[in-house]
Amino acid sequence: MKKARFKVDELESDIFKITGLEATVGNFYEEWEETPGPTPMPDISTFRDWDRILLNKYKPFYLPLCDLCCLCTMGKCDLSKGKKGACGLDMAAQQSRIVLLSCAIGAATHAGHGRHMVEELISKFGSDYPLDVGGLSVLVEAPHTRLVTGIKPRTLGDLEDVLDYVEKEITHLLSCCHTGQEGDNLDFESKAFHAGMIDHVGMEVCDLAQISAFDFPKADPEASLVDIGIGSIDTSKPVILVIGHNVPPAAAIFDYMEDSGLEDSIELTGICCTALDLTRYTNKAKIAGPLSHQLRFIRSGIADVIVVDEQCIRADILDEAKKVNAPLISTNYKNFQGLPNRTNDPIDEIVSDLVEGRSPGVVILDSDKAGEAAVRIAMGVFPKRKKLGIIPEEGEIIEYAMKCTKCLSCQRVCPNYLPLPEAMEAAANGNLQPLSDLYESCIGCVRCEGEGVCPNNLKLHSMIIGASRSKIKDEKFKVRVGRGAISDTEIRRVGGPIVMGEIPGVIGIVGCSNYPGSWKDNAIMIEEFLKRRFIVTTTGCAAMNIGMYKNEDGLSLYEAYSGAFDAGGLVNCGSCVSNPHISGAAIKIASIFAKRKLNSNYEEIADYIHNRVGAVGISWGAMSQKASSIASGFWRLGIPIIVGPHGSKYRRALLGRKDKDEDWYTIDARTGKRVYTGPAPEHLFISVETKEEAMTLIPKLCIRPNDTTKGRSIKLNHYIDLHKRFYGAMPDDIQLFVRTMADIPITMKDEILEILKEKDWKESEVPAPDPTLLPRLVRKRGG
Amino acid sequence: MAAEPWQRYEIPGPIKAAVIKNPEMVSILLKKAKKPVFIVGHEAAEIDLGGKKPIDHIIRIARATNIPVVTTAHTMAEFLKSGFKPAASMTSMDIGNRLTDPEWSVSGEDDPHDLALILGMTYYVGFVIEAGLKSFAFNHLKTVSLDRYYQPHCNWSFPNLSIEEWDRHLTIIAQEIEKK
Ligand code: SF4
Ligand code: SF4
Ligand code: SF4
Repeated sequence: MKKARFKVDELESDIFKITGLEATVGNFYEEWEETPGPTPMPDISTFRDWDRILLNKYKPFYLPLCDLCCLCTMGKCDLSKGKKGACGLDMAAQQSRIVLLSCAIGAATHAGHGRHMVEELISKFGSDYPLDVGGLSVLVEAPHTRLVTGIKPRTLGDLEDVLDYVEKEITHLLSCCHTGQEGDNLDFESKAFHAGMIDHVGMEVCDLAQISAFDFPKADPEASLVDIGIGSIDTSKPVILVIGHNVPPAAAIFDYMEDSGLEDSIELTGICCTALDLTRYTNKAKIAGPLSHQLRFIRSGIADVIVVDEQCIRADILDEAKKVNAPLISTNYKNFQGLPNRTNDPIDEIVSDLVEGRSPGVVILDSDKAGEAAVRIAMGVFPKRKKLGIIPEEGEIIEYAMKCTKCLSCQRVCPNYLPLPEAMEAAANGNLQPLSDLYESCIGCVRCEGEGVCPNNLKLHSMIIGASRSKIKDEKFKVRVGRGAISDTEIRRVGGPIVMGEIPGVIGIVGCSNYPGSWKDNAIMIEEFLKRRFIVTTTGCAAMNIGMYKNEDGLSLYEAYSGAFDAGGLVNCGSCVSNPHISGAAIKIASIFAKRKLNSNYEEIADYIHNRVGAVGISWGAMSQKASSIASGFWRLGIPIIVGPHGSKYRRALLGRKDKDEDWYTIDARTGKRVYTGPAPEHLFISVETKEEAMTLIPKLCIRPNDTTKGRSIKLNHYIDLHKRFYGAMPDDIQLFVRTMADIPITMKDEILEILKEKDWKESEVPAPDPTLLPRLVRKRGG
Repeated sequence: MAAEPWQRYEIPGPIKAAVIKNPEMVSILLKKAKKPVFIVGHEAAEIDLGGKKPIDHIIRIARATNIPVVTTAHTMAEFLKSGFKPAASMTSMDIGNRLTDPEWSVSGEDDPHDLALILGMTYYVGFVIEAGLKSFAFNHLKTVSLDRYYQPHCNWSFPNLSIEEWDRHLTIIAQEIEKK
């Protein structure tokens, strides 16, 4: 099938024209009759020129987390102040190599997850099982796969072909990180972009497979609301906790519960993306919380059995599970935890060994067997464990706090340098409030409890949790179940207003829970933009944390705002692997709304998105390598990403220089003339320090050359309004974004005119070009 | 306290900032510099020095020397409240990036900056930005951290100080400069 579709002579000779699209729509989708574009199955070299165009506008600013390289045995090498390593590598290349490595790891992780998922689903449902992510309302079911590979996947089996390609590219990318390969930093950056693009294909495969086979919500804006928060869990029942990202074992747990009539007798809850995906499978499951909730939940003793699959699971999970006598089941060879593989042992023996405490945990690589084991073990250990926890009581906390000598050591190892010593002093005097105040800002890393950190061996994380008991009891919120794709109908409806700028922007708030402060900041930021009628999309831990906040009316934002992909909508797409629905929405705007060719036509679609779709991603708590590859997939599409302050440790930013006019010319595709279109968007990847700063930057990064005057004035209105609120003054760069008088927000006219006069502003000669960065898209050569 | 990174695991590399033993030295560096710039982050407007804030010292220093102040994050608002207009406001990434450009200055007209005083960024953000300056601006720019905590990637930095010591150090710098 694959060979028939991709004969080389077909690729070279057959150029599709979009004229007459209406007549061909039916076939176009059904049969994927759109002929291949210029770049099916691109390799590392294919988009090097496109990447250079972007990297020329958004140059890397490197932020060495360490001056040394220690990757090979010729090192360590000090690369600071212009020195080179023993292999000849300089600091810029080394930092960009680490960016590539991170993106390749991220892409490999999603692709590995996808491979695992697809193989398991094929073994259950067969390779001919049809893909369906939204029936007739989502006919462009796989925008990334189609755009990048040229494959229109129809069945689970087709996804294997896509994964073959993805895995080949990741292998090449990873090989580029070897000593003595690439030497140029911009080429490393381009490869990191390639990893990001490939990652979105790999994630898309994974989510397509699970949405189709598990019958998750299919582009449903009214997907149900489910419980989130530790307080929502009924601790009078046996509790099974799942952690990770690969949902089949968790789904099998629920199936067994249901088959055994136990679905109301056991609480099934989860942490991280497995939890999000589990609620897409059954709305009887509850989400305990994001990644940062792992230890607080386990140590509280609520979980009677812990089932892990892959990614973002604490490496010391077995130690922690042992402390509370909770048996651990590992279901994935990516995470054995040193446990014996008992996949082929009789299940009665496994259950008996774990219930009787003869073994702290096992590996079971068969999801159905793991599902049955988890349920039976939970029922068996529940009466024995008696919810054994290790969180100290109030009296104990006060007693421990009295031992604190205020040596500051805990604070100095805390990633957020939380004021633990001050909180200890208060606790020693009977006031637990300052400790409890740290609850939302503590990422649960327990560096403060590390060996030798506290001279008195105080268990500070547990003390924070113990001081927050009443808060945890009230931790009951609602989150909307991940809906998967954005429907084609929604794209048709909002494509125009987005491209014209009249919907001021599409925000994707995604990523991990490595926040610099309270997790509530995520929701506070987003609430502002929901009120301002932006479209807000979300996935992953960020989607959970948005739910863990109540507005003035006591509602979670999912209760307060619609789940539609429309102005003022809050759209939870799902887990990490659902991110391609967000980037895919941008692709679908180009292909469905603007009717640009989709098949193997990456550059043109990216150029369209970069110049026209006012989208911005924000990952306030980005932590992982996966977060970097997800971001990178957005970069190559020309979509800017903001990360929180910890994101500065990704080692580089991609920054525009708005003070350099020459960087901000695009080509008017109508005439071929170069036209100044301003720093729109100003940056491609930036870490900022405060939420106020992020909130001011978001509307600014939604500005695009294609905005209509009405759209531009709406966007400027939001930007200026927030700047005045948080910075106490008008921004100093308005003149760069006002093209004609009609761009000026009417209510700010006088103030802006004064600034324009002062800055010697002149009206643009071509305020409404047909903007492109690709000379080949010029329709008529101009002067 | 000894000169070691405040956040214990922010280990730089072999080249580490020289410790500013007496604050008078900063006023000497400032006087010698042809084109200094003061980078001020949000913590300068947040930390309580017992009735005043670091930005109060910065305003004194800036008024006495005409050193341009570039605020990062949303720190500008606090300066404006104190009746002081910073020369520019931009993200900490932007100012770091621009300082690596040997042709850039805040005014856009004069020579490039040869000395950057830095105070008030989030510790670990300052750490990586200063590492960027160390490796990509070392030919034209010297950096001085006036943060409360040792920042090893600068050319010079205070050691880890108590609030009181820090306040005293900043006061001395302002007084020395006002003397000139
Ligand atoms: S890879 Fe190069 S820079 Fe790194 S340790 Fe080896 S020789 Fe040194
Ligand atoms: S567990 Fe919490 S308090 Fe302890 S080091 Fe981590 S973030 Fe800081
Ligand atoms: S490390 Fe221990 S003794 Fe030192 S300040 Fe922290 S809690 Fe107190």
